[in-house]
Amino acid sequence: MSDAFRKAVTANRLADGAVVYLTASGGWSTEIDDCRIAADEGEAAAMLALGEEAAARQLLVGPYLFDLAGDDGALRPARLREAIRARGPTTGSSLRFQAAG
Amino acid sequence: MYQYDVLDRTIVAERVSQFRDQTARRLAGELAEDEFRPLRLMNGLYLQLHAYMLRVAIPYGTLSSGQMRALAGIARRFDKGYGHFTTRQNIQYNWVKLEEAPDILAALAEAGMHAIQTSGNCIRNTTTDQFAGAAADELEDPRPWCELIRQWSTFHPEFSYLPRKFKIAVSGAAHDRAAVAVHDIGLHLVRSGEGNVGFRVLVGGGLGRTPRLARAIRDFLPKRDLLAYLEAIMRVYNLHGRRDNIFKARIKILVDSLGTEEFARQVEGEFRAMHEFGYAPETSPAEIARITAQFADPVHKRAEAGGETLDRQRAENPDFDRWVRTNVAAHKRAGQAIVTVSLKPVGGPPGDASAEQMDAIAELADRYSFGEIRTTHAQNLVLPHVREADLFAIWQALGRHGLATANLGLVSDIICCPGLDYCNLANTRSIPVAQRISERFADAGRQAEIGPLAIKMSGCINACGHHHVGDIGLLGVDKKDGGEGYQMTLGGRADEDGALGAIIGRAFSSDEVVDAVETVVGTYVANRRDGEDFTATYRRIGAAPFKESLYAADQG
Amino acid sequence: MPLIRDNDLVAQDPWVRVDDGAALPEDGTPVIVSLGRWRAERETLDGRNGRLGVVLKAGDDAAELAGDLERLSLVALEFPKFSDGRAFSTARLLRGRYRFRGELRAVGNVMRDQLLFMHRCGFDAYEVARDDALEAWTGALSDFSAWYQTAADDRRTAAQQRGECAAPPLSQSRARIRANAAAASAPPAPAVSCCAGDWAY
Repeated sequence: MSDAFRKAVTANRLADGAVVYLTASGGWSTEIDDCRIAADEGEAAAMLALGEEAAARQLLVGPYLFDLAGDDGALRPARLREAIRARGPTTGSSLRFQAAG
Repeated sequence: MYQYDVLDRTIVAERVSQFRDQTARRLAGELAEDEFRPLRLMNGLYLQLHAYMLRVAIPYGTLSSGQMRALAGIARRFDKGYGHFTTRQNIQYNWVKLEEAPDILAALAEAGMHAIQTSGNCIRNTTTDQFAGAAADELEDPRPWCELIRQWSTFHPEFSYLPRKFKIAVSGAAHDRAAVAVHDIGLHLVRSGEGNVGFRVLVGGGLGRTPRLARAIRDFLPKRDLLAYLEAIMRVYNLHGRRDNIFKARIKILVDSLGTEEFARQVEGEFRAMHEFGYAPETSPAEIARITAQFADPVHKRAEAGGETLDRQRAENPDFDRWVRTNVAAHKRAGQAIVTVSLKPVGGPPGDASAEQMDAIAELADRYSFGEIRTTHAQNLVLPHVREADLFAIWQALGRHGLATANLGLVSDIICCPGLDYCNLANTRSIPVAQRISERFADAGRQAEIGPLAIKMSGCINACGHHHVGDIGLLGVDKKDGGEGYQMTLGGRADEDGALGAIIGRAFSSDEVVDAVETVVGTYVANRRDGEDFTATYRRIGAAPFKESLYAADQG
Repeated sequence: MPLIRDNDLVAQDPWVRVDDGAALPEDGTPVIVSLGRWRAERETLDGRNGRLGVVLKAGDDAAELAGDLERLSLVALEFPKFSDGRAFSTARLLRGRYRFRGELRAVGNVMRDQLLFMHRCGFDAYEVARDDALEAWTGALSDFSAWYQTAADDRRTAAQQRGECAAPPLSQSRARIRANAAAASAPPAPAVSCCAGDWAY
């Protein structure tokens, strides 16, 4: 695992609460694969500022930076919490027991 | 059941309008998040990991079939087709959009429901025995008093900005199924020496960071004094509860620091002053009679005991027999029974129900249980008034919807908070661990052999999963390496024989935790004497044998 | 600071807050002092030719004023922040237990969304730090038209209305508010008649 500095910005969208990520074009995507990755503190701070500006415009709630880990080809959130936000609950289909019934 | 009249409807409808306006101002940018957060929380709306979460109140766990259908409709129209029944007898929707939240509240209001005071530092939904009004061991139905408390506490002008959240539970039965000892106020209906029925009043119970069992401050309170006495307790707490530290703000800490006797003295002083100076809350006997009348007993015209037919059905269907033994409880009327519908299928998330399942239960309630349904703090559902003669048909119908799991009170009937899969506060996941435990113990015969055993799990110290009062409690903690850890407590229980579990040793990793549970179960089964439950065995043999079997490898 | 009293905007607040240590006005201007100053200078203050008020911070004990209330024309209760609800209980004690009949004024962080509750707890004056103070007041009191619990106000509770089966729950004070609210900024509350029959879901 590489220890290189890699961070991205995430938040929840105000209107529907969906998890969103700051993209390279300055927009907000619900796909983590679209996220812009900061390579140093300066870039991370600038990206977070974009998030706070979007929050001030009432597009988002609570933007923050999170760590990415892994190799460049296969980056993933460093912490479980972010992995769950990115991919959804790990409980399987919540309705899996219907099939059995 | 209580039916809203035009005044109840007005109050709820005005709340919906108020929140619709607040939401519109938020979406238009007139309200900032900091201003809006307390307003949305007071309407049960949280922002969680993936979306907004709406917690809907199910006052004292009683639902009509029509209300259940409304909940199913909301699951379909506004969520992903399911809902999650919680340890406070409420339901939560996990995938709510802010812009649709006022419409959901309006849909609830249509069905005589709301999300009022399901969050925030106010008096929360009052909980009670899920068998209230039906249980064979009941002194009196506590629900009229719960409804009186619901009305009194709704938008209480003095007690809506308390130091911290506040939970009241009422029990009317000999066996306490409402866990009154772990509530801020616990009320137990009792009979006085003179033969009158009133309340034994407990204060300062609660779980969370500083678990406490509630302490009695009044052995007998006449019914007419209930609201005045509650106001006296609330006033002392509101004025003197700590506000400088969120972890020390619950009433249990105030009772700790003043001492039970001094706290009781202050409450009694305020209670007397209220009457002396004429500012006690008033409720007319007519109003209490009006409410009580709405909880009249439903009685089947031809309540037949199951008799030989039931015996034969049980003999011919071992699965049905097992279900009757675990999931059917004694009703106060001969020929009737109480059915608990398990929401804990093997491998399923505890407490989840699909919209189709909710509709199916509503249908069964209409056909067999006077349209009445209960929710339980163990996250199951109840059909409280069925005929014994209908049990087989009910079991078959439940089976068609994946709802006939025969595990009530057994090792796979796990109480579990949403955990890190949904919740912003959680340290670790809890649902997947519950799923793995229930898969490990999937064999129904094995579960029956183990007997009653309560596993309760919380993903963080806030203890929504009541882990302190489980036979086996699991608390999610962050491990030093950043992974998920589970700290185990043993020997807790929440009924009249209440006790807080004791931590057994170092936390287990996610990989270890299911084995650890199995080890504890094995140690219990190997050591128990005839008929002993977990508490009895644990109290007799102590923690040492469990420690030895759990941590043998650590020593080596 | 805009002041709402008796359901109207007060053009000129006659009361002056005097900080601890500051000189008292020479004339008979009514003054509001802290509990500490009242304790320390009770005789001087009482000998003054002018009305007196005391401001209690959240956490100050109303019982300390219990014996003095006949000498006070005003008690102000401070709301330090939105989430601190102690002053609601202090108000109930002053009106109920200590029978205070003078002006009970809400000061500090007086939020629109709490005005109705303040009124129900016995306040009758409010320092509201916003330009549209009267509109905020009128709107806040129009949010709800029915109440469950008895409090320090004269609103009839739902239970009382059920018992009486009478007219819509417009208390005298509400009727006055409506009359004052010339600008129809808030939508009218739905008319309520408790004889409309029970509603079943």
